Amino acid sequence: MLTETFVIFQRQMRILLRNPVWVFFGLTQPILYLVLFGPLLKSVTGGGLGGNDSWRIFVPGLLLQLALFGAGFAGFGIIQELREGVIDRQRVTPARRISLIFGRTLGTMVTIGVQGIVLVIVALPFGLHASWSGIVSSLVLICLLALGISAASYAMGLILKDEDSFAPFIQGVSLPLLLLSGVLLPMTLAPAWLRHISQANPLTHVVDATRALFRGDFGNHDVWIGALITLALGVLLAWWGSRTFARQSA
Amino acid sequence: MIMARGLARSFKTKAGPVDAVRAIDLDVAAGEIVGLLGPNGAGKTTTLRMLTTLLLPTAGSAMVAGHDLVAAPREVRRRIGYVAQAGAAPSAGTLVGEELVTQARLQGLSKADATARLATVAPRLDLGGLEGRALLELSGGQRRRFDVALGLMHSPSLLFLDEPTSGLDPQSRANLWAHIRSLRDDAGVTILLTTHYLDEADALADRILVMDGGQIVADDTPDALKACIAGDVVTLALADAAEVARAEGEVRRAVAVREVVATDSALQVTVDEGAVAVAPMLRALDAAGLRPTSITVSRPTLDDVFLTLTGRSLREGAEGEPVPAEIG
Repeated sequence: MLTETFVIFQRQMRILLRNPVWVFFGLTQPILYLVLFGPLLKSVTGGGLGGNDSWRIFVPGLLLQLALFGAGFAGFGIIQELREGVIDRQRVTPARRISLIFGRTLGTMVTIGVQGIVLVIVALPFGLHASWSGIVSSLVLICLLALGISAASYAMGLILKDEDSFAPFIQGVSLPLLLLSGVLLPMTLAPAWLRHISQANPLTHVVDATRALFRGDFGNHDVWIGALITLALGVLLAWWGSRTFARQSA
Repeated sequence: MIMARGLARSFKTKAGPVDAVRAIDLDVAAGEIVGLLGPNGAGKTTTLRMLTTLLLPTAGSAMVAGHDLVAAPREVRRRIGYVAQAGAAPSAGTLVGEELVTQARLQGLSKADATARLATVAPRLDLGGLEGRALLELSGGQRRRFDVALGLMHSPSLLFLDEPTSGLDPQSRANLWAHIRSLRDDAGVTILLTTHYLDEADALADRILVMDGGQIVADDTPDALKACIAGDVVTLALADAAEVARAEGEVRRAVAVREVVATDSALQVTVDEGAVAVAPMLRALDAAGLRPTSITVSRPTLDDVFLTLTGRSLREGAEGEPVPAEIG
């Protein structure tokens, strides 16, 4: 099972790395946020923002956005693979169904992990000061979340089978989740009603946890709540995704 | 090699359930090449997808390569190769050799075995030297041979081919046919293929199963099937109904006809061998002073086989039935 997962993972990564357009834009996109949006936050005050502390709020938010969109749209690839006949061709092998999806999910997760590392490294010269162990644990949480989201996205791709319904679906689900999680600006700036709604969004707790981790505030209860929610969400989505994949494969 | 009993599959659609395959019995012996022939929507692909474990049957059972389809799908998968219908354009960044090795490794071969197998399979399908080529750069014929190679990497004893030569030029088709034949003749692979070309089934299959409306409506050798087909049709265009009537009499005296259909301006004569019958027909007409304005000879087509077997013409959705989507 591990060999099969690795064979699929290897194939995903090979295809990705041979695409120069992806390598360029995939790695530079997070930087655009830092360069073109980050500076605005330095002059906003309130909610922990202002000066170089802004980066400790902003970078964790960008990491979550990376996981949500990067892994959310992963299912696009599987629709093409479905048309190409790659999925059927792999389904007629004795390879375990779970390997077929986890090899792909692992590819997405590693990609997002690398993009996250690039983001953090580029943020340093802008003035990001954060706890190193906090950064590493945040990246682990983000990767776990990406694993779950991409498994669910692959499953959705197989269910919808068509880019024209897949794109609006993912956009429609991820955008409110993103806005409600306080990714761009912290929810402490929000009016009470918006803050209450955002409390129901699991991603709010993920981003709260990573912000606390970046501050090095390991004892904060946000960290534990956020980590547990990330773990639960990642496992739940991964379970649903692989079950759906297996069912769609008969 | 294959023994299916009462195998059926229905799909739920917005217009209600559609029975894509209705309780078919199907047997394929080891070493046979069997062609599943029928129009689009007849249930060929659905049948193939069930037999290759890609689709669960809604009823019935089947033993494929010695194992139960539903109870032991992994055992079946180990022993069969499946070449799907030609798919969409391949992804950029995929290479012939790597894809073949990846497929072999998913089939359970070690890296070394997979690489060794590539060295035997690639030349067998004229893909030698193309291992480093991007899939996007392959011609239609090469791409199809690559698809066949994918199904052969683990040396299966049973190979399923879904419309292997659809969309290929005549030369590439003939070439692929030769490859398919040699798989059976040299490697002893049992083959079940679907096609909607009569000539393809005729060229390859030892036995043809004709499918229509989710059922197998005929099961026989190509020769036996052709014998039941109407024969060649010679159409003579004439000036008017009077000429047509006179011509009919002359033709009936000149050659052995199976059937004659007269219209106001044409005579359709069905004979065993069109090419042989034309000369005596013309001599007789000429002697009687009749000059047809045109003559055409048409060979029987799948449409004619169909007409003979089912009493209706071979047209997609002839009963106004929705063609079920190939649900994966």
